[in-house]
Amino acid sequence: MRWHRLNAIARKEVIQIRRDIRSLLLIVAMPLLLMVAFGYGVSFDIKHIPVFVYDREGSQQSQDLLKHFQASEYFRVVQSVTSYSEVVEALDAGWCRVAVVIPSDFSEKLKTAEPVGVQALVDATDNNTANVSVGYSEAVIQSYNRKLQLEWLQSHGQITLQPAVSVDARTWFNEDLESTANIVPGVVAIVMAVIGSFLTSLTIAREWERGTMEQLVSTPVTPLEVMIGKLVPYFVIGLFDTALCAGIGIWWFHVPFRGQWSVFVFSSTLFLTVVLSLGYLISVVAKSQLAASQAALIATFLPAFLLSGFIYPIDQMPAVIQLITHLIPARYFMTISRDVFLKGTSIDLIFDELLALAIFAFLLTFLATRAFHKKLS
Amino acid sequence: MSNQSPSVAVQELVKRFGDFVAVDRISFEARPGEVIGFLGPNGAGKSTTIRMLCGLLRPTEGKAWVAGIDVAREPERVRQRIGYMSQKFSLYNDLRVIENIQFFAALYRIPASQLRERVTWVLEMAGLTGRESALTGTLPAGWKQRLALGCAVLHRPSILFLDEPTSGVDPVSRRHFWELIHQMAAEGVTVLVSTHYMDEAEYCHRLVLIFQGRIVASGSPLELKRRELSGDVVLVECDNLGLALDLLQKHPSVQDTAVFANALHLVVSEAAADMAPLRTYLSTRGVVVTKMEPIRPTLEDVFVSLTANQGRSGKE
Repeated sequence: MRWHRLNAIARKEVIQIRRDIRSLLLIVAMPLLLMVAFGYGVSFDIKHIPVFVYDREGSQQSQDLLKHFQASEYFRVVQSVTSYSEVVEALDAGWCRVAVVIPSDFSEKLKTAEPVGVQALVDATDNNTANVSVGYSEAVIQSYNRKLQLEWLQSHGQITLQPAVSVDARTWFNEDLESTANIVPGVVAIVMAVIGSFLTSLTIAREWERGTMEQLVSTPVTPLEVMIGKLVPYFVIGLFDTALCAGIGIWWFHVPFRGQWSVFVFSSTLFLTVVLSLGYLISVVAKSQLAASQAALIATFLPAFLLSGFIYPIDQMPAVIQLITHLIPARYFMTISRDVFLKGTSIDLIFDELLALAIFAFLLTFLATRAFHKKLS
Repeated sequence: MSNQSPSVAVQELVKRFGDFVAVDRISFEARPGEVIGFLGPNGAGKSTTIRMLCGLLRPTEGKAWVAGIDVAREPERVRQRIGYMSQKFSLYNDLRVIENIQFFAALYRIPASQLRERVTWVLEMAGLTGRESALTGTLPAGWKQRLALGCAVLHRPSILFLDEPTSGVDPVSRRHFWELIHQMAAEGVTVLVSTHYMDEAEYCHRLVLIFQGRIVASGSPLELKRRELSGDVVLVECDNLGLALDLLQKHPSVQDTAVFANALHLVVSEAAADMAPLRTYLSTRGVVVTKMEPIRPTLEDVFVSLTANQGRSGKE
């Protein structure tokens, strides 16, 4: 390998990128677009669930309970109705996701200390939201219960009694349980995967398509020199885009960055090597730019989106799918990115992920140079 | 390497793509300073042969030495010693003229001390002095072709492979191009050039006629014309070309026929004796002959005659 030829390839590539407005636009616009689309578009927070209430009693106490629903930021009481059929209609039409029905003997039963049920009708077409709604409803009722018990104890001249066991929950790493904090470091991983492989997927395919490869390979340049020479400029671009995404995450979406920069840069470098060589491999195998760029998108975007743990937690997937996720490089960087951002994990705790990425990097580089050799003969 | 040993030596070279035999046991040699023309129709195997000799394609069978190096074994070493110009323009259109030159100069590792001199030389040779900063894609075809030649000879290769270098180039540029080739040959460079322009073939020292992957004849243009044509060539101009062609092909004294634009070329054993009977033969069958005369055979006549002997007409 000669530094001289490697340098020549890299410089030529830079000139070509600089002259191609589309690729320049892509370099800046694509990360911005993806960051904004995912940063705002993807949210797992369920808040302000629309609620209809049907208070069959209309007493002081029943109204008091409904106030609890109103006060919760998870619910938004849309309308109060006066018949059961209106409740059904509202659920059918999708005007609300939850309908709370208070029985006509509500306050009476409370007085006699009989158990009383409040009905919550939940639209479960979206099972996730339904599950969460049930949970939130229970929590609201729970707090109302506690208030009642407290009042009862006080009115009977007893000192306040603490419950024997209570959950003392502290949410670590994402104290406010904001889903953006989870999403944004993930988006950084996805953007890197997509851009890295997309940009390099064009580079060799373009040379085939334009016929310039023929002249290039008639010179003493070696496949490894071509590969490294071509990847270096995209590597720099990739790092720039990574910084751009991370910057947007930190300063625009206010996601905390608790880790060490050096760890983040080191693992980004490794991950970029993986995705760039993947794009390069695709580029060597495909003969047209169109085929190469599509293959690169399919090979990176979908797995990075669906199988990396970005949206669906890997430990909740069926065992077979879990096995498959091990073949997705983005999976490892997804973990690293989230850990470094939110937990501030040190390098020794992400050693396994880094090792996996290193293996991918080595394997893909090897395959790409081999494919290049093969393609020529 | 000494002047005696061949620059290129090819022995029984074969290239198969699946069942298709693109190059079928080709053997030849080229000496320093020789301009060798590969002549043949499209798909005859000229490009495949050249690409194998440049180490761009692995031969299926056979051996080839370029500058004394086994191409199949050490293609990388061969590439430093050769210059190659592919059929399709293959420099970077989105690079400036000077950037293309500098790029290839770097790939060939031309020392910094020689770089300036070589760049100047290429620019002058290609007539591109003053156009250094033009985007290559904006140049006319003839200029691009000369720039491609310039980039292929930047490193002073001892052997030059040119695959149809003048296709799509205007006649004046083509002539200029051939002058450059002869200049380099005079300096000792071996040039292997493929073409399907018969007039260009006359510029070569030696021709290798390739048809359906095989060498059907080789020799200097003059030798080929003398040796391969046993008879004389007669030009016939008449009113009903199709009918005349049918009739003449059936005539026993006509060895070969070919259509050239609006005339027929016939190969007969002796023009002086055969012309008069043929004229009568045609006119009695309703063909009005406006012109019939012996002509000097062209390479095309040779080629048509040779490929006809292979059992199929080589001319469309």
